[in-house]
Parts: sequence; C-alpha cells; structure tokens
Amino acid sequence: MSRPVQLLVPAAAVVAVGIGSTFVSRSLEIYFLNSLVSVAIVVAIYVFVGSSGVLSFGQISFVAVGAFAAGVMTVPLESKTGVLPDLFPILRDHTIGNVASLLLAAAVGGALAFVVGLPLMRLSGLAAGIATFAVLEITHNVLREWTKIGPGATTLPLVPETTGALQATIGALVVIAAAFAYRESRPGRLLRATREDAAAAQGVGVNIHRQRLWAFTLSGALAGFAGGLLVHLLGSITTEQVYLELTFLTLAMLVVGGITSLWGAVLGALVVSGLDSFLSEAEQGVDVVLELDLPDGTRLAFLGAIMALVLIVRPSGIIGGREL
Amino acid sequence: MILAALDAQTLVDAVGLGAVYALMAVGIGLVFGVLRLVNFAYGQLVMAGAYTLAFTAERPVAVSVAACFLVVVALSLAMERAVFRPLRGHSPAVMLVTTFAIAFMLQALALLVDIRDGTIGEPATSVAPLNRAVTVAGVDVRKVTIVAVVVAVVALALLALLLVRTTIGLHMRAAAADFRTARLLGVRANRVIGSAVLLSGLLAATVAVILTVQFPLVTPDFALRDTIVVLVGVVVGGIDRLWTATLGGFTIGFAAGVINGALPTDQTVFLPSAVFALVILVLILRPAGLFAGSRAAGIERV
Repeated sequence: MSRPVQLLVPAAAVVAVGIGSTFVSRSLEIYFLNSLVSVAIVVAIYVFVGSSGVLSFGQISFVAVGAFAAGVMTVPLESKTGVLPDLFPILRDHTIGNVASLLLAAAVGGALAFVVGLPLMRLSGLAAGIATFAVLEITHNVLREWTKIGPGATTLPLVPETTGALQATIGALVVIAAAFAYRESRPGRLLRATREDAAAAQGVGVNIHRQRLWAFTLSGALAGFAGGLLVHLLGSITTEQVYLELTFLTLAMLVVGGITSLWGAVLGALVVSGLDSFLSEAEQGVDVVLELDLPDGTRLAFLGAIMALVLIVRPSGIIGGREL
Repeated sequence: MILAALDAQTLVDAVGLGAVYALMAVGIGLVFGVLRLVNFAYGQLVMAGAYTLAFTAERPVAVSVAACFLVVVALSLAMERAVFRPLRGHSPAVMLVTTFAIAFMLQALALLVDIRDGTIGEPATSVAPLNRAVTVAGVDVRKVTIVAVVVAVVALALLALLLVRTTIGLHMRAAAADFRTARLLGVRANRVIGSAVLLSGLLAATVAVILTVQFPLVTPDFALRDTIVVLVGVVVGGIDRLWTATLGGFTIGFAAGVINGALPTDQTVFLPSAVFALVILVLILRPAGLFAGSRAAGIERV
C-alpha cells in the first residue's frame, strides 16, 4: 500500500505501451498511440467522475474543443485561408507551435469546463447526467455549424501529425501525474469525502459546489489537452469523431476498469482500446492473430456486451475500484 | 414571425409527435417508478419492433403487427431478467451506464442483421397505407396522426384505470412510492416489476408501429434520437411521478413539432443549442422537474 506504487505502476504501463509502439509495424503503431491518447482522455474523465461520483456525459465536449483549438491553430499559415476561409481574422492569420497548441487546448478545455461547471455543479444524479449531456449536444452543435471558429461540418485537414511515440507517452504521463497529484491533494480528498457521504462532508464544512467545480475544471483542462494529443495523432478530425461514440467508448473504458481508481482508469483504457483495435482490424478483414473477417457492427456489439457484463457481474470494475 | 407560420397543419403534426413521445415517456417512467432505473435502451426496443415490421412486410398487416408486439414484449422481459434484475439496488449511475451499453450493443446487433443484404436500412411497407392523409377543414391530417393521438389517449386512460382500480396497479404505485415498505407489506417485487416491464414493452411496441408508419425506412439508429429527446423531456418534466414525466414527454414532442414546422431549416442550425441550453436552465432552476411540486425541488441540488 505504498503510495508511489500507485503512480509508478500506471506510469510504467504507459511507458511500456509507448516503447512497444516503436517495435511494431507502421499500421499497428497507430493503435498503440491511440490507446495512449485514450488513457489520457479516460484519466481526465476519472478526475471528475471518479472523484465526485457524479456522472458526466459531457467530458468529451472538452476533448472536442481542445482538439479543434489545437487543430485550427496549427494548420500551416499558407493553407489556412484555403481550408478554413470563414475563420475570424485573428485565428486565420496566426499559427502556433506544437507544444503551445497543446497548452492552448488545455486552457480552452479548462476555461469552458469552469464556465459550464459554475451553474452545473449544483446538480447531482440524473439531473447532472442529463445536463452534462446537454453540454455535449451544445458543443457538438456549435462546433458543427459555426464556421468562424473551425471547419464546421467538414473535415479539418492538414493538422501536423506530431503525436508520435514520445509525445503520446509523455502526454499520457502528464495527465496521469496531474490526476495523481490531484488525488493526493487536499481538494481531491475533500471531493472523495463528498462522494462517500455528501451530508457528512457538508457537516464538517466541505463546500461541495466548490470542490466539484475545481475537479470539473481540472478534468476539462486535462480532457482538452488529451484532445490536442488526439488531433495531432490523427492529422485530421471531424466533429463526429468527438461525439457520442467516443463518449460511449471512454465511459466503457472507465467503467470496465473501475470508476473510482486511477489504476482502474488506466487499465480499463488500455484493455478496452486494445480490444477495440483488435476488433476493428478484424472488421476490416486483416488477419491479426487468427484469420478473422468480422462484419461491421461486431466491434460495438462486443464492447457493449462486455461493458454490460462487467457492470452486472462486477459493478465496481475489473479491479474492484481499488488502487494497487 | 414564428407565430405567423404556426398554422393548423403544424399544430396537428406537433400534437401527433407529442402523443408518440408521451407514450414513450410513460414506458420509461413506469420502469423508473418501480426500479429507479432510467432505461436508455428503450429506443432499441422500438427499433427491434420496427425491424420486425420490416422483415414481416410481406405478411398480412395483422400478422406483422402481432409479431412486432411479440418480439418487443419478449425482448423487454428478457432485458428485465438479464440486466435489470442483477442490477437492482445499484446506484442510478451504474444502471444508466449499463442500459447505455445495452443500447449500443443492440444497435450494433441490428446493424449486423441489417447489413447482410449489403445495404443499411430495411423498408417496412406493409403499414405504410396508414400514412395517407385525409383532409379535415382544409388541413391534411395523416391517418397515423389520428391513430397516434387516439392510441395515446386510450392507452393512457387504460393505464390510469389499471393503476387506480386494480390491485396490481395499487402495488405498482406503492412500489413507486417506497419499494422497501411496500415489500414489507406483502407486495411481490418480481410481479410488480414484471408488470411494469410488460406494460412498458407493450407501449414500446405501439410506438414502434406508429413510428414505422411515419418513417418506413428502418435503420439501426431508428428511434435513438427520439429516445434521447424523450429522456430529456422526462427528466425536465419530472421523472419522479408518472404524470409529470408524461407531460414532459408530450411537451418536448409538441415543442419539437412546432419549431420544426414553423422555422425554415436555414434558421434552425443553432436550434439544438438553444433547446439544450433551455434544458440546462430548467434543470438548474427546478432539478426535480418543471411540473413537479415545489416540495420536491432541491432534492438533487447541492
């Protein structure tokens, strides 16, 4: 039960996947890197959902704004007017570097989460679930229709593909370290106390609204950062890629691993994205290990079934919601 | 501008949509009442019914509709046995996420079945004649709109009678008020939950028939969007009581119908944002629901 282990094991797992990605073929490398970005997203969600016990369907909104902020600001200047003609002049005439774009993504995600969280963090239970879902819908709608801030309903192309093995590994490590630091901090402990017993926590003077808002903002910033990693991994992105399916997938990862622990979030992300990669390869008819050619839809059917099964058999996740 | 475009035609269609959404809201609200479980997979029951109608399109309409009811009710009961029962007593969040997973799984399974002929989407033609319009006082009323409204009114009336006049209805209301006390007083949990799930399945099958008449091309995401909208309506209306949930469902369906009919499409691009912003506002001001009494307000607010 020594504390450093709880940081070192998830970190080691991430590093192992990062190193592993340099040994496989180019076509498989994308799956390894994708799983690292998934770790970043799921750990970001864990920071809020895991610590507060409040369900949020809205964290992918912050991934989306982070991805589009980082993406739009790194499209090379010479092609920007061509692919994004309607952009606000200030966005159109400037381009920033890779690291700066990731920081921008975190800032935008955190700022949006703070603004949204200010009223929303008063809600719990179902009302919170529906309200955060509404946030996802609004974000998706605005990003899809407002061509002054992004590509609208079309694909955002020509984003530099800078998320390689090194950046993906470091990015995931940064998010894990931030989540660990938060968990060990006083605000992190206070928020977990409100999760276990809201009335008792309030009784000893914990301000639930403030603690939740703080976690929601941090989670938003980390999710935005992860969105930056995602867009630099893919090189192009549409609003549909950061919407319902990603929400489902990342929630599945968190739930399968165990909602209340950092190690569960990391493990769940790696296991489910590994399975997801295997199934999508198989759907395309490429022989992975066995020769498999599964029809479309198998992937989501499997993931849905596994997620439901884990929840029914072990509602607190495969490692039971405990740390190492 | 909006009011000017509000003609009788739009209102009739909006009432029809409201009626369908009200039926779905009752189906979701009934199960929530006894299980405290929000069934996100409710739309997939409707989708399964729609596929049944599509695959039995060559048979006589009566056979097709009967098959639809059979499949949906069976699936509904199976869902209760395999998923809801093991989850009883868990937190609402776990139950919601589980039904979320079931919804995705059923949708993916439907895609697997649908894609076998190489195309996505199956036409359900046998029930389409109901979609023809009759003209009443200059307004085209599609027959299915009349059917939807009549069925909704009759179904709700029957349900109200069942809940108020029968023993099982009394048990269901008791279970919804306080399940533990109801069980202590001799209410059989499995029978009450079974009846609620059965009724909710019957409603889903009814909705499947009505929706398939209006939208005969059945796809794996059939009724998904509708379910999301109805869920929002139910929570905004007040999920704790059946009538506030139903009213919430009707209101959101009616509002969606009016807005879609009244505004030209180029002005509605940001409409979802406006609607969902309104939803957030209502939830913050009245977390227990728009139509819930003031006593209930503040329960889910910190």
